[in-house]
Amino acid sequence: MSNIFVYVTYIRTSPEKLWQALTEPEFQRQYFLGAQMLSDWKQGSAWKMVYTDGRVTDSGEVLEIDPPKRIVLKWRNEFMPEVKADGYTRCTFAIEQEGEMVKLAITHEADGPHKLLGHVANGWPLILSSLKSLLETGKGLSRPASK
Amino acid sequence: MDAVFRALADPTRRRLLDSLHARNGQTLNALCGEMDMTRQAVTKHLAILEAANLVTTIRKGREKQHYLNPVPINEIAERWIGKFERGRLGALSDLKKRLERED
Repeated sequence: MSNIFVYVTYIRTSPEKLWQALTEPEFQRQYFLGAQMLSDWKQGSAWKMVYTDGRVTDSGEVLEIDPPKRIVLKWRNEFMPEVKADGYTRCTFAIEQEGEMVKLAITHEADGPHKLLGHVANGWPLILSSLKSLLETGKGLSRPASK
Repeated sequence: MDAVFRALADPTRRRLLDSLHARNGQTLNALCGEMDMTRQAVTKHLAILEAANLVTTIRKGREKQHYLNPVPINEIAERWIGKFERGRLGALSDLKKRLERED
């Protein structure tokens, strides 16, 4: 049962701007706590998450993509051997206009128990707060790169 | 943010969040089984938690699963916790937990 985590935030922005923020490294640098998601964002394309120092932290594939509404990623950790051994997870980004706000729901799931989900449980809430702050005020949250 | 504080101000609703924290994705039936109160009362509390975005639901077939969404709580923390305080606060919480466990 605990192999799914859902993170939801409502942001005063447009789906198109949120899409840009999720897919463009220029934006990600300002809120992703030092990481960037690199891909050409086409179905079947490779996807990777790279830390500021060039280290690849996670990698996978774009399983589904439907701009500016939905991205599904196949996702595996690359730098913690015991987490990598658990294999792939699935991460879905769903964007929906709700009145004046845009709802972003991130669902991160695995088919069984998976160590990665415990790790991302600390990261996603921070990243989403930072993303909301960036889109609404022009500034992401600054934080020491302690992770 | 008012909605989040109002939702958290009630001990029953905090217990519902605790229950989801321990076991995420529970159905209404499962939550009622833990809460010792009427189905209507649990439904009402869940609606308040959902409106505050502290609980989010996913439909799986005929079932509706409830998930704890910690993002609004994080937003509260980000508002008042300074950028260099997080490490020290983390150390203090760890210390408190360890000392209280030893009692």
